[in-house]
Amino acid sequence: MASVTANRVDERLQQAPLLTRLLSRPELGAIAGTVLVFAFFAVVAGGSGMFSLKGVITFLEVSAQLGILAVFASLLMIAGEFDLSVGSMIGFAGVAIAIPVTLYGWPVWTAVLFAFGVAVLVGYVNGYITVKTGLPSFIVTLAGLFVLRGLTIGLTRLLTGRTQIPGIHKFSEGDWLAPLFGSDAFKGLFVWLAARGWIDTLPNGAPAVPGIPVSILWWLGLTAVATWVLLRTRFGNWIFACGGDKNAARNVGVPVDRVKIILFIGTACAAALFAAIQVLKFGSADTQRGLLKEFEAIIAVVIGGTLLTGGYGSAIGPAFGALIFGTVQMGIFYTGVDTDWFKVFVGVMVLVAVIFNNYIRKRMTEAR
Amino acid sequence: MRKLASVLGAAALGVALSAAASAQEQIRIVMVTHGQAASGFWSVAKKGADDADADLADTVVEYRSPETFDMVTMAQLIEAAVASKPDGLAVSIPDADALGAAIKGAVAAGIPVVSLNSGSDVARDLGVMVHVGQTEFEAGEGGGEKMKALGVTKAACLNQEVGNVALDLRCEGFEKGLGVKPDIIATSIDPTEVKNAVTAYLTKNPDAQAIFILGSDPAMPAVEAVEGMGLIGKVKLATFDLSEGILEAVRDGKMEFAIDQQQYLQGYLPVVLLRLYKKFGLMPGADVLTGPGFVTKDNAADVIAWSAAGYR
Repeated sequence: MASVTANRVDERLQQAPLLTRLLSRPELGAIAGTVLVFAFFAVVAGGSGMFSLKGVITFLEVSAQLGILAVFASLLMIAGEFDLSVGSMIGFAGVAIAIPVTLYGWPVWTAVLFAFGVAVLVGYVNGYITVKTGLPSFIVTLAGLFVLRGLTIGLTRLLTGRTQIPGIHKFSEGDWLAPLFGSDAFKGLFVWLAARGWIDTLPNGAPAVPGIPVSILWWLGLTAVATWVLLRTRFGNWIFACGGDKNAARNVGVPVDRVKIILFIGTACAAALFAAIQVLKFGSADTQRGLLKEFEAIIAVVIGGTLLTGGYGSAIGPAFGALIFGTVQMGIFYTGVDTDWFKVFVGVMVLVAVIFNNYIRKRMTEAR
Repeated sequence: MRKLASVLGAAALGVALSAAASAQEQIRIVMVTHGQAASGFWSVAKKGADDADADLADTVVEYRSPETFDMVTMAQLIEAAVASKPDGLAVSIPDADALGAAIKGAVAAGIPVVSLNSGSDVARDLGVMVHVGQTEFEAGEGGGEKMKALGVTKAACLNQEVGNVALDLRCEGFEKGLGVKPDIIATSIDPTEVKNAVTAYLTKNPDAQAIFILGSDPAMPAVEAVEGMGLIGKVKLATFDLSEGILEAVRDGKMEFAIDQQQYLQGYLPVVLLRLYKKFGLMPGADVLTGPGFVTKDNAADVIAWSAAGYR
């Protein structure tokens, strides 16, 4: 009797077969959805330039910018909270960079750090109010959405007399920190590839795209780091615990409030990063930047398999969610459909992707 | 099974769409503007583009605009347009910093580019072949000359967006046309504020003979203010851009004229120009001015009908 139990490994320690483990991951549905979306556009828009080098970089860049927001939004949603203020935070952080630079002559790098500082503060306030009042974060950050957008417009108009701040490029040239946000990577490699004719070129022989926009590298890097944190660290376990059962988590010693506040700071900083990328890449800031991004981020997270109720999700899923969203957003362009119908198309594609993703996940988790 | 059916459905739809897109060797022109779908002004410009698409059998026009006033999304739309290698690209340029790189990219890729509506001052630097639109200074100058002809010697510009360079240019042009430096009434677009500001200005300056309104938003509150003081006809009013209320005020003689930039042409003409460039290498040697067109009491009734039909 004793020898039998000794040979059997406790079932909690048992390793499920690799395939089963892969199939039960939250991001599986999103990956399947991505395949579906790519198949759709390969058929519909295969020859239209969407899958040329420039086309690919274009939709990857759109996906990357959304993906940066989505990764942090996903961590927060796994912990059971929402942040609806990220869209407004983008506009706010954008002018927080642009006004000090253009009006007061700050070096660009100090203005970028200042914007991140503001983001930490906003995230802390969002988180602190949410955990201290016990109000739904949906409401607290909805208030943040209005307050931040209003502050953005109000302060910008008060200080500059307008709502658009152009001309940042001439300040950011030569700044040591700016290339980290607004440049293209691997330029030399692209020139080299173009010279050999391995990638598309312009008529003058230069590569069709100058390089890989750094936003794509940020997206991949942050997704990798967030995945590692979620799956391999104590803090990652705390995040799941907060969203799973707050009280149980508290009872076993998880500092729920601290975890949530840190994650709110994370989403606000993601918004600041998004703003820095846009301001430094496009050389201007305006008060309308980031409009509706909070919902796009939530859509990407949900497509990515994270539950709206918290406690379940991943960081890779939202990356695929963002890829689906970005691909659809740019892809509709190549299908030749009138942009009046764009939102219908996006809405339907999103719904189809989520239903598909849900269906796959259900089947796989049941089959186990 | 159902999944299979939906995949097949998507594939079938895809084949149908791609077949429709590449039916013949057609001239494909993409127009990217900053006009939001809900804007009354821009739906007229879009109608111009749609009509050009319908009128020209060998030309396909794809009209794109971001859902919100978002220059970054607009730049990405231009990038996507370039990747799709159209025969011609028409763009509006409200923010040369944000859009400049994408437009230069289109030029570098060998795509002929025409700009429309905004961007007359930066178009050449970006490699744009020709600009189709109204130049603000000249439009203001035309308004000033008309006011001068009406015998006005003291006037004010009503500026509802202080700091908007385009509006400043309109008022500077007005000054040149009128030959007298106008006062400036600075307000927001809030109708109560506009009305009170105009009333206060006319009370303080009883010798003022005209108010030149720099946009359509504050026009009707200004008319109300002047009407409320019983000064219609004594204080001459004119405005930029059209609306139903403005047209009726012009028809009824409450306003002298409205300056129309005829944005239908801004949607229609770039398509024609790019098509002719593709076919025969033709391109005008100077920018195409779609405005100022003047709506006065004489033609206001016609314009009201055209406005209702979506052309003005």
